[in-house]
Amino acid sequence: MKGLFLLNNRPEEWVEGLTVAELLKLKNYTFKMLVIKINGELIKKSEYDKAYIPESADVVILHLMSGG
Amino acid sequence: MLLEDFFIDSDELVLAALSQAKVAIAGAGGLGSNCAVALARSGTGKLIICDFDRVSAANLNRQYYFREQIGLYKVEALKHTLKRINPFSDYDIHNVKLDKDNLVELFEDVDIIIEAFDEASMKQMLIEMWSEFMGEIPLIVASGIGGFGKNEEIRQRQSGNLFLIGDEISDVHKGYKPLAPRVGVVANMQANLAVELLVKKFYGKGRKV
Repeated sequence: MKGLFLLNNRPEEWVEGLTVAELLKLKNYTFKMLVIKINGELIKKSEYDKAYIPESADVVILHLMSGG
Repeated sequence: MLLEDFFIDSDELVLAALSQAKVAIAGAGGLGSNCAVALARSGTGKLIICDFDRVSAANLNRQYYFREQIGLYKVEALKHTLKRINPFSDYDIHNVKLDKDNLVELFEDVDIIIEAFDEASMKQMLIEMWSEFMGEIPLIVASGIGGFGKNEEIRQRQSGNLFLIGDEISDVHKGYKPLAPRVGVVANMQANLAVELLVKKFYGKGRKV
């Protein structure tokens, strides 16, 4: 069985060595401002290309929109 | 006006809980000003409100300010209004632009932080600072408040101590101009969630009003 991880509660196929930056490209996230958590831990924007997604990880991505 | 008269319609234990609470509001624009009014009316003990801007004519279509307040610092105008509504709470105002150097100092001992900035980049800065230094304090962020209608698209999402309210779609820089009803809905949802979390934290504890 292939490894999986959760992206916003939906199962995705896990690939070894996948970074947050690559995941965003793969899933066509075009918004500049996001909140990304891996297993409850916030990933800073400056760490997107260094942060790997572990197998079975719970990844949450929220959009930040201007306006207030 | 007496305190007992002001709160005659409030639940005693809920009021006792809220009166012990300290809430920080980052920004006093459309979200912050409306949220502050709702929390002041509810009897929240102390509000810490930060903004660096002045009231302008363009703010009046959605922000809790008045024509004669144009030109005043927002935090000063808002404190005046809050005092006119509920003089029994404390309003600690700071006329500053929040950044990574002053944020922690201003917000470290509050019960809840409400994010009410305009720019998405500021929202992100606050979330990163909060996560690093204040992650144990619940943070209520708004994202996607522009335009009108589409009530069904406004929702609340939670990830640990981070709550996000809005449609996550309507960016004001992408043509969704903000209007009073939708901004007010989200601001009041932020206040409503704050009340819920505060009552959970303080209900039946500490002093009575």
